[in-house]
Amino acid sequence: MELFQQITQFVISGLATGAIYALIGLSFAIIFNSTGIINFAQGEFVMLGGVMTIFSLNVLHLPLIAAIAVAVAATTVVGVVFERLAIRPLKNATPLALIIITIGASILIRGVVMLVWGKDTQALPAFSGNDPISVVGATLLPQHLWIFGVTVLVIVGCRLFFHHTISGKAMRACSFNRRAANLVGISVGRMVLFSFVISAAVGSLAGVIIAPLTMTAYDVGVMLGLKGFCAAIMGGMGSGLGTVLGGLILGTLESLGAGLISSGYKDAIAFFILLLILFIRPQGLFKKGETERV
Amino acid sequence: MLNLSGIGKRFGGLTALDGISFNVGEGSITGIIGPNGAGKTTLFNVATGIYPPSSGAVLLQGKDISKLPPEGRARLGLVRTFQNIELFGKMTVLENVLVGLHTQSKAGIFSCAFRMPWQMTEERRVRERAKELLDFVGIPELMDVEAGTLSFGKGRLLEIARAMALEPKLLLMDEPAAGLNSSETAELADLIKKIRDLGITIGLVEHDMDLVMDICDQLVVLNLGTMLAEGTPREIQDNQAVITAYLGEE
Amino acid sequence: MKSDKLKFLAFCLVVLLAPLPLAGGYLTNVLIFVGINGVLALGLNLLLGYAGQISLGQAAFFGLGAYGSGVLTTTYAMNPWLAMAVVAVCVAAFAFALGFPVLRLKGHYLAMATLGVGVIANIAFNETVDLTGGPSGLSGIPNLSIGGLIFDTDLKNYYLVWSFALVMIFLSLNLVNSRFGRGLRAIHDSEVAARVMGVNARLMKVQVFTLSAFISAIAGSLYCHVMTFISPTSFSFHVSVELLTMIVIGGLGSVYGSILGALLLTLLPEMLRTFHDYDIVVYGMLLISMTIYMPGGLVAGIPALFRRLLPARGSNA
Repeated sequence: MELFQQITQFVISGLATGAIYALIGLSFAIIFNSTGIINFAQGEFVMLGGVMTIFSLNVLHLPLIAAIAVAVAATTVVGVVFERLAIRPLKNATPLALIIITIGASILIRGVVMLVWGKDTQALPAFSGNDPISVVGATLLPQHLWIFGVTVLVIVGCRLFFHHTISGKAMRACSFNRRAANLVGISVGRMVLFSFVISAAVGSLAGVIIAPLTMTAYDVGVMLGLKGFCAAIMGGMGSGLGTVLGGLILGTLESLGAGLISSGYKDAIAFFILLLILFIRPQGLFKKGETERV
Repeated sequence: MLNLSGIGKRFGGLTALDGISFNVGEGSITGIIGPNGAGKTTLFNVATGIYPPSSGAVLLQGKDISKLPPEGRARLGLVRTFQNIELFGKMTVLENVLVGLHTQSKAGIFSCAFRMPWQMTEERRVRERAKELLDFVGIPELMDVEAGTLSFGKGRLLEIARAMALEPKLLLMDEPAAGLNSSETAELADLIKKIRDLGITIGLVEHDMDLVMDICDQLVVLNLGTMLAEGTPREIQDNQAVITAYLGEE
Repeated sequence: MKSDKLKFLAFCLVVLLAPLPLAGGYLTNVLIFVGINGVLALGLNLLLGYAGQISLGQAAFFGLGAYGSGVLTTTYAMNPWLAMAVVAVCVAAFAFALGFPVLRLKGHYLAMATLGVGVIANIAFNETVDLTGGPSGLSGIPNLSIGGLIFDTDLKNYYLVWSFALVMIFLSLNLVNSRFGRGLRAIHDSEVAARVMGVNARLMKVQVFTLSAFISAIAGSLYCHVMTFISPTSFSFHVSVELLTMIVIGGLGSVYGSILGALLLTLLPEMLRTFHDYDIVVYGMLLISMTIYMPGGLVAGIPALFRRLLPARGSNA
């Protein structure tokens, strides 16, 4: 019975972190689908969300909601500046150049945050207290509920945006065929910028809602980013349900592995899964293989 | 020489090729023509192994090569050039031909690093051969120029020299005259005949009808992924079905 | 051909004489690490600059080399030279096996996969406490020695490390100007065209990946014997990014560029004491600006700059 309770506990906390990975995975997929770029600085957007919220709360003394809004907005601005300064100047860049540039941006952002706010780990207070709720013998924190709620909202929001608004449809058109989209009058450049905006906003929001659970610091972006990427790969780099499932599965496996096998190897679990999927099913867990058109 | 039998190719639900069968005769210049979207380039890619056929078989000198990757086919003497010239832009003209001589030499990672004496001899030999090939296509003076800076016409000549380096038995050219002006096209026609005179079989996909009618011994006409006609240039010129496909119904 | 040989001889001379004015001082110590970083950068450059295949996991092979030699010579008291050879061969064999699935991936996916390998290796260095000492490190690693000559001073280690570096530079120069090197560059330019030319791209990519792992492992062994102490932080993701920065600055696809990049990125932090906390900011800016404005690195960029400036001056005169 005790084992059962333990496992329930691991699954609950795993699903919560998994939801975060899903959000980060979505933010990867949004940029990838409109530009073909895997943004190695994606994790820094997540980190910025958490760090900026804490800054707005503690230094600017804003109320929580305003602090979150400021953090998400500021991260979005960073996303825009990044796209303008580092991505746009390179027309027809090779994937190699883009990888190097986004890595450069990633360590640049990390370095600036370290210089401005220092290396200390900081905590964000939970949104609505820490009184645990008991569910089938395991404890659920109010923050977990916030995470699930926000994740569902973001996913529904993205779905509505991409399928039911003109801008969203235009962005999807770009992801299917950039040239054709351009020919029917869609400004591809603007859609790329949009994708950075949305992606930075989603990523930073993920960083905000996880910060009360895991604390945050200038260097949390690398791991979170990589695990989000892993979720996106599991979902086949789509911005749909596959990535969400990928994130949830990854979070749960990681939490179970850490709890039942060894906590030291917790981070390694995600990477083993990542490598396995890249080697065996690079098209994602849920997609059928497509005929390659050269 | 090259025998295509019942080639079909589908991309998802789209049928790009269906039941293509013909033979490229040894020592001939065979042209594959057809309107846009006829499936010429797809057929080319199937023949050279860029993608596998969905059905049918590709035979080279009677041997089934349908499952061989491009490099395997190259080793058997089936060599191609590309529609949009695919040179190694950051390497020099000479180095491009040297890469073509890759299969004619065999120094591996160790003998290259340690400069074994036999590797040095081999290196001298392939450099000589590369210069000969540049002479053959008529651009020896461009030897040390970076290939990415060549004009389209010179690039085409280099690509042919590079393909010749593989000692092909069968040279397949994808729209060799595309992007060339008329004097360059005339030079190209002479060069292709010169290659045929060396005993190399040639297959080409081409839009330029004057060129095709001038140099080809045999023509295959594709339309909408199927074979429309096969025969000598004269026969094809008089073929009613071909004329309809090109000009549309009256 | 002849000028290449002269260039290499001149370079050897510089390496030979460099420590003399320093009189065994602190800078000699820094130059040892220029040598080690130079070897590592060279390994990555063969893979990335020539073959066009990115690796963000070089620190893993570097670390495996260092820990392999470290553990074998302390816990198992193996002869250091033998250990170095055994470890290098084992790491190369591991990289060869890993290379087939990893190098099937392209671009971003390849970058992520190699990054994953790097992170897993670093976690393993931290967690296998019984073997590696975990986060607190592994100490008491012996210095290398030949006969009675023990490499225990900075000057001796300088010549030790740089003899290895010079041999590797020499072999790499041979390699890149040969059939193998041309094959790699052809794959970089257009893999499809290279394969049509009969270049066995799949195998050559794995071979150069193996070579770069082998080189990194040797650098690791040298590092552990020079330092006599190692800990996982020396083999983190940050190190892989530093190596990437070195070759991007020095010059992708240039043997000497790797060494130039290693020299600059190893010297700079030492020269500017206050630089330390700013290093990742500077690396980040360098990676972005070099890729956008000087994609050939300093080795290609500086001569180009001179060519642009000199005719202008000529017309003024």
